[in-house]
Amino acid sequence: MSFTFPFSAIVGQDEMKLAILIAAVDPTVGGVLVFGDRGTGKSTAVRGLAALLPKMRVTVGCRYHCDPAGGGSACDQCAALKGGARTQTKAIKSELIPVPVVDLPLGATEDRVVGALDLERALSQGIKAFEPGLLARANRGFLYIDEVNLLEDHLVDLLIDVAVSGENVVEREGLSVRHPARFVLVGSGNPEEGELRPQLLDRFGLSVEVKTPTDLPSRIEVVRRRDAYERDPAAFTQTWHAEDERIRRRIVAARKRLADVTVPDAALESAARLCMKLGTDGLRGELTLMRAARALAALDGLAEVGDTLLRRIAAPALRHRLRRNPLDDSGSTARVERAVAELFA
Amino acid sequence: MSDSPAWADATLAAALFAVDPAGLGVALRAPAGPVREQWLALQRGLLGAGVAQRRLPLHIRDDRLLGGLDLTATLQAGRPVAQRGLLAEIDGGVLLVAMAERLPAATAARLASVIDRGEVVVERDGVAQRHATRFGIVALDEGIADDEQMPAALLDRLALHLNLGEVAPRDAVAIDLEGALAQLAVARSVLPRVSLPDAPLQALCAAALALGVSSLRPVLMAARLARAHAALFGRDEVEADDAAVAARLVLAPRASVLPLPGEPEPERQPEPPLEPDPPADVPPPPEGDADTEPPSEPPEPELPEGALDDVILQAALAALPPGTLARLKAEQAAQKAGRAAGKAGAVQKTGQRGRPAGVRRGEPRGALRLNVIETLRAAAPWQKLRRPACRPALATVTAAEAEPACRRVEVRVEDFHVSHFKQRRETTTIFTVDASGSAALARLAEAKGAVELLLADCYVRRDRVAVIAFRGRTAELLLPPTRSLVRAKRALAGLPGGGGTPLATAIDAVALLADGIARRGDTPVVVLLTDGRANVALDGSGGRVRAEADALAAARRLRLTGAAVLLIDTSPRPHAQAARLAAEMRATYLPLPQAGPQALSQVVRATSVAAASARG
Repeated sequence: MSFTFPFSAIVGQDEMKLAILIAAVDPTVGGVLVFGDRGTGKSTAVRGLAALLPKMRVTVGCRYHCDPAGGGSACDQCAALKGGARTQTKAIKSELIPVPVVDLPLGATEDRVVGALDLERALSQGIKAFEPGLLARANRGFLYIDEVNLLEDHLVDLLIDVAVSGENVVEREGLSVRHPARFVLVGSGNPEEGELRPQLLDRFGLSVEVKTPTDLPSRIEVVRRRDAYERDPAAFTQTWHAEDERIRRRIVAARKRLADVTVPDAALESAARLCMKLGTDGLRGELTLMRAARALAALDGLAEVGDTLLRRIAAPALRHRLRRNPLDDSGSTARVERAVAELFA
Repeated sequence: MSDSPAWADATLAAALFAVDPAGLGVALRAPAGPVREQWLALQRGLLGAGVAQRRLPLHIRDDRLLGGLDLTATLQAGRPVAQRGLLAEIDGGVLLVAMAERLPAATAARLASVIDRGEVVVERDGVAQRHATRFGIVALDEGIADDEQMPAALLDRLALHLNLGEVAPRDAVAIDLEGALAQLAVARSVLPRVSLPDAPLQALCAAALALGVSSLRPVLMAARLARAHAALFGRDEVEADDAAVAARLVLAPRASVLPLPGEPEPERQPEPPLEPDPPADVPPPPEGDADTEPPSEPPEPELPEGALDDVILQAALAALPPGTLARLKAEQAAQKAGRAAGKAGAVQKTGQRGRPAGVRRGEPRGALRLNVIETLRAAAPWQKLRRPACRPALATVTAAEAEPACRRVEVRVEDFHVSHFKQRRETTTIFTVDASGSAALARLAEAKGAVELLLADCYVRRDRVAVIAFRGRTAELLLPPTRSLVRAKRALAGLPGGGGTPLATAIDAVALLADGIARRGDTPVVVLLTDGRANVALDGSGGRVRAEADALAAARRLRLTGAAVLLIDTSPRPHAQAARLAAEMRATYLPLPQAGPQALSQVVRATSVAAASARG
């Protein structure tokens, strides 16, 4: 039995935790990119999240975890199941499964990412069948790429396309398959080891920068907790169970509340102004800003998006969308903060 | 008894590693030789014969490292057979990484992710598996120069950094294994019970901060080492000297700043305040005599009260050899460069392997590699037709139960698929800036501006850049090839002007760098900004005539490297000398007055495209 370090036991790193929670509440925000120093608990946070997400309902027999209630997004398989159900007057079964948090490890090959001909059945029975890959498994869940900046370029190309279309199209080995692949992309990496292609950068809704804490008390706390966890993972997980449970309830409540959060015109205008001031490309900045603020309102139990929320979420939503000036070494965070300060003064 | 403190530490490290191999990796920097062999023998002896030790070949491929499809078995069985990779097989054992300083960064990254998770996740060749695995790592680093370092991703995860380069073979004495083994057995049983009270933990954290160890991973490893050390001496609680040893072995080698300005030099400290030996008042475990442990006689000094933090910091400081602190700055700079180089290497490796440009039908000939998986996939649908005799069997039973002849996969020549890789060469643009008096007066600022525009262009194309500046008598490599344009900009911004124009020296430096880049398989593009008025000859002496002749000769040498060159004439009026220089090195000549920013970047782009196609 393997344990994961509890999400709630991560010391500090509030911005990262918040961004991950926002993505969990509203997947349409887009993914989360976590960039920072070594050993700051980047991957710990993502793996911890997997453990505390509420389960989701899926159609039994669907390899892509389709939502039985979702109409438009159903895959071929679900369509066939539904067709069968109609003729045979049999209800479609559904079950609850944990939300998939799929790891895309370094060294993965293309066939495992997009899916390919099922070699086993092809060899033993001569049947041409599609074996779904990681993208299929990540549908409706999270796709986590550690060291995303070290990912091979041809895999990045695949991801860029699928992340925006929400659909994986496989045309190989005489197979022609398309299936839904809507997932929240979560990437982490160390910027020292290489930069990210701008196109991929743009696919992430929020981007956070993590730093190693520099104050002694929190450093001690990190080491103490990690040490306790390593000595006895079971007991440690148990200790933090209640806290994790609290976060889980917060996510569930926020998801329910999300639809009722209103975004007044004034907030939309503020968002638009901020983006104009920063000169972000396209409208994705405004959209993400608005959605993230809404999710944040839902998390905090607020009914309306206001300037305070926008201020809080501006840096993670916009810092990776600034028009690139590679020569400006004053970080983009500072630029966003400056603009926010001027606008909401 | 050994006189070498480095060897004593190494012995202690081997013992600690033997207590908790999976938690404490070792990075052993030493040339191959008797000292290293002695240490490895010691390490093997302490771990015992029951622990598997496997070598990681430098250029191991992913299928053996992580696992994948076992081709031989697959072809024989007629169904996919997965194989476990080395990292899964080594579970519970020790992985020896030979020549770690040459380890590709990509391999190091895979290794690091497996260490972090304690499991191998395989998503390759149609195989999806997970294997839990925990193993110790001994990375053998034979690097000599400061910039020859093993990939940071791996080094960072190894607790013990040992340097045996200075240990003389006669100092590398063996220890009494039998006694040590008994002590180790006790230590391993004690280890799970060892607790870590707050005081030593706080002291470790404080020491890390004071030493400028910003990442928390070393602190965690130090805590783990302190625990192993306590277990080694049969204690079930970490005490001050356990923490002190941890600070000395784990934190000190990673120190990046000089702690406590005004502190006395370490060699002026009387004696390391703490020694790794069993304190006199703690009874050693039954069989573990004092001489089984790293030898050293001085008894445990009294701990100054309430100054635990300081004591532990001092212990770490004492481990820094004399002169280290003075060298620290220089080394830091070198390490930075080393890291940058490692990074570049990683990127370049991917580049060399190239983007898979698809798999095509064809026979593996020459450099083309058979893509077995795709070949199998191509063969699979035809199996029924190709084995008519087996057809009924196939329809009814699974492959495993079929007759042996029917289990085999029939692969024919027409199934063969080969992988194609597109070798996307990377371009490294070498900016060579004339910062001499003549150029500076006229338009150094303008030249810098031009370079900044070009840099922005390089960013778009994801090129690497290097900056060489020359003035006075020397040409200086301000920035080795890097992707960090911010650093390039900074290097330029801080560039002072004035002095002579050692053009020949500069061109030779460029040629050397360009040659190195080309040899690595990348494409060098040289952008030379100068007014062409050389007045310092190759040997450093003044004199315009000789300097110009030298410069022309150097220009011819540069031409031989085959690098594409763009010469931007920065003199106020286009100058015949610069044009002649450009002709000698077969450069594109561009006088700055006519070169608006747009034109400039267009020319650079055209030059590099031409260079790439000429080489590619």
